[in-house]
Amino acid sequence: MDEQFDDSPLPDVMISLRDLRVSYGDREILHGVSFDVMRGETMVILGGSGSGKSTLLRTLVGLEKPSSGRIILRGKDISTASTEEMDDIRRKLGMSFQGGALFGSMTVGENVALPLREHTELEDSTIEIMLRLKLEQVGLAGFEDYKPSELSGGMKKRAAVARALAMDPEILFFDEPSAGLDPIIAAGIDQLILELKRAFRMTIIVVTHELASAFLIADRMVLIDKGTVVAIGTVEEMRNSRQPRLRQFLDRVAEPEVAREMDYLQMLTQQSHRGHGAASKRGA
Amino acid sequence: MEFVSDIGASVTGGLAYIGSLAGLAGRAAYYTFIAPFHGKPLRLQRAISQALDVGVRALPILSLITFFIGLILALQSAYELRKFGAISFVAGAVAISMTRELGPLITAIVVIGRSGSAFAAEIGTMKVTEEIDALETMAINPIHFLVTPKFLAMIVMLPCLTIWANSMGMLGGALFGVAQADFTFGRYIQSSIDALFLRDIISGLVKSVMFGATITAVGCHEGLATGAGPEQVGRSTTRAVVMSIFLVVVVDLIFTAIFFFVSDH
Repeated sequence: MDEQFDDSPLPDVMISLRDLRVSYGDREILHGVSFDVMRGETMVILGGSGSGKSTLLRTLVGLEKPSSGRIILRGKDISTASTEEMDDIRRKLGMSFQGGALFGSMTVGENVALPLREHTELEDSTIEIMLRLKLEQVGLAGFEDYKPSELSGGMKKRAAVARALAMDPEILFFDEPSAGLDPIIAAGIDQLILELKRAFRMTIIVVTHELASAFLIADRMVLIDKGTVVAIGTVEEMRNSRQPRLRQFLDRVAEPEVAREMDYLQMLTQQSHRGHGAASKRGA
Repeated sequence: MEFVSDIGASVTGGLAYIGSLAGLAGRAAYYTFIAPFHGKPLRLQRAISQALDVGVRALPILSLITFFIGLILALQSAYELRKFGAISFVAGAVAISMTRELGPLITAIVVIGRSGSAFAAEIGTMKVTEEIDALETMAINPIHFLVTPKFLAMIVMLPCLTIWANSMGMLGGALFGVAQADFTFGRYIQSSIDALFLRDIISGLVKSVMFGATITAVGCHEGLATGAGPEQVGRSTTRAVVMSIFLVVVVDLIFTAIFFFVSDH
């Protein structure tokens, strides 16, 4: 896949990955991932459990350090950025975590207002207005004074999105937006992502394994398998692709060889570069 | 010969652990004392609510325990002193043991049980639910946001609690003195005060500040080191309590030795 990229990203490229490698201890999770995300596009990162897609997302927002390769976010290489530079970049990013990651000791309003209070000198009254705006955008108007524990799963996700939107980010990241939600609530979150895309022309990165949701919200998709890019393309290209691994994923064909424990262990051992992988518990 | 390398490995591990604790305490101290002058204001509101939790809410249980400890000390020293007809020295014995040693130590143990464990559990839960990650992606430093208010609250509240504990211990001793040793309450307190030097009180308070820093560093470090999964939070909390008690005793020994040799020469 790598040949089709030249090394200098186009001006409209928002995120650019070049031969990105990430390891936990001795075990390499991502074996050289390269692709670009354009300004204003919604890129869905597909992949099964243990494929490395969550690691990819954590690396993109700077929670994991790459062992080699480059990540260029808004023209800045974050693998070499200092703490201050990283903080500047992060103020332009919003991240919605799988479980919401709202602070349990604070109300929904305090959660959403936290980035504004920390990073801006705005008056309380201004923050109040912005807070109400953000909550309205995600359909949670009037829930300022609720504690996260008093919200349902879907509402927690919406509140987390509101917090991610607080600083008007240029790039919005979603980790498994529909995980743990029933189909109707999950569809609501998909609608929310579509609305954000239309209203703000934001660059959106979504990590998921939910195919229906992926095909609904994506402009382009990339399939990650065993730490490498298997396929990348527009929704149409992906749907019509003959790539066997992609077909297997999209057609939901079970993987016979993983059914047996010994084969699975062997597969892991063969994958591992140093021959003794599977040491770390962190898979995805 | 394998045990030699095992010993080597655990010594290295122990030193690395102490190193990371010192690093954490150092960064918390930086954010408390230096960063406020470089435009990174302290979160006083959070520190005050922590201080309320660490300090004020510990008062009832701490008072009860140290009152009993004072009473026990009086009984134990009277057991020996009365053989020499020196039972009037009970007041001084209680006052000195409380202020130099047991006041700071018992206070630290109570605070470990109430707050050190709570720090580990709170931060550990935040780690498991990705709240620490969320702070980082919002460009909010978790040490500045979470650890610093706790650090400030602890190093301020532990000496205060220790002074309170000292007084309650002497009150406990006075109960024995008045009931069993022909003291009046006023005379008991007076002879306690006569027996104490300022350096007894100061050395106890210096220790309590160090205990506060130690407990915060261990509790927060264990919380931040929590692995994936809720059962890890329980493990972190247990480790925080055990390690805190151990390290508080080590710090106690070090400072007691320092004070011993300093006052000697």
